[in-house]
Amino acid sequence: MTQYFSLEFITMLTGFLLIIVGIWGMISQKNLIKIVIGFSLFDTGLNIVIVSLSHIKNSTAPIIDKAVDVSQAASKIADPVPQALVLTSIVIGLGVTALMLAYVLRLYREKKSLDINSYTDLKW
Amino acid sequence: MIKKGILLLILVGFFAVISSLIINFTGNEALNPMAKHYAENGPSEVGAANLVTAVVVTYRGLDTLGEITILFIAAAIIGFFLKAHNADADRPSRLRKTSEILETASTLLVPTIFMLGAYIFINGHLTPGGGFQGGAVMASGVMMIILARPTSKFNHKLLSVLESVSGVAFVILGVLGVVLASGFLNNSFLPLGELGSILSAGAIPIIYVSIGIKVGSELTGILDSLKEHQNEI
Repeated sequence: MTQYFSLEFITMLTGFLLIIVGIWGMISQKNLIKIVIGFSLFDTGLNIVIVSLSHIKNSTAPIIDKAVDVSQAASKIADPVPQALVLTSIVIGLGVTALMLAYVLRLYREKKSLDINSYTDLKW
Repeated sequence: MIKKGILLLILVGFFAVISSLIINFTGNEALNPMAKHYAENGPSEVGAANLVTAVVVTYRGLDTLGEITILFIAAAIIGFFLKAHNADADRPSRLRKTSEILETASTLLVPTIFMLGAYIFINGHLTPGGGFQGGAVMASGVMMIILARPTSKFNHKLLSVLESVSGVAFVILGVLGVVLASGFLNNSFLPLGELGSILSAGAIPIIYVSIGIKVGSELTGILDSLKEHQNEI
């Protein structure tokens, strides 16, 4: 039972809840900008899940300084690889979000509407 | 109503699929072998006190190059899509006049924000932070300029020169690693120095400065093209 109160478990649960909120936003909302916000929430939740996997019990940040000596680094630090991957993922998420907002602006310029139901060209 | 039921079903189904993952997650007790290798050999091989930087810039530097390319392509597509019509450029902006507090605060804060951004990417190999974070902080300073003075124009030629020069510098530093050291983006062709000092970790500070300038100018370009569009709607 105690595992459910640990830091990594709470972080992972929060991440998955954010992912579900993001999916809900993408599916149920009609406003294009709200759909982009839903996507952004999904992205953030995914990043939080990946970071929660990098946590080791009783570990600290992967930076060598006074608190973490070089010789005992392997036993004291958190996993640096997921953190580096999340850094990549955040930047790509930013690029994709900005791109989607640009598409939304362009669509708005064409039809003066932000409602997804007024764009039926690709509907089957 | 039936749509809401289906939506609820999808969400509950998704949660049911991942719930066993969450419930059985007990956390890690020790580093996996790869991370252990980075932790044990990183300080001596790369010389960066921040091991995340060692992984981002050196061990997986190729990922970072790809990431920069993706950001560049995104910025280029946004610029292409939202290209401002020159005919509309003279039209008066319909934006409300900004408040005096914001204008005065921006003259005080923008140089400080830029300095903080530069600090973050110069110290990327020592403290949490790095090129991407520093560049994003700098772009937030640009955002403040745009909010305070919506009519201000940016020098696009300077932005594209900054972006190209820093991007080319990143690739040249990577190729220098192949020529002078053991592989692409190997940082040890410059002296590694003392662990934890500002002039350490070989080429990492130079690479991070170029990444910071590139990310900052790209994000500025994105913000600028999103802003120029506003006058047309």
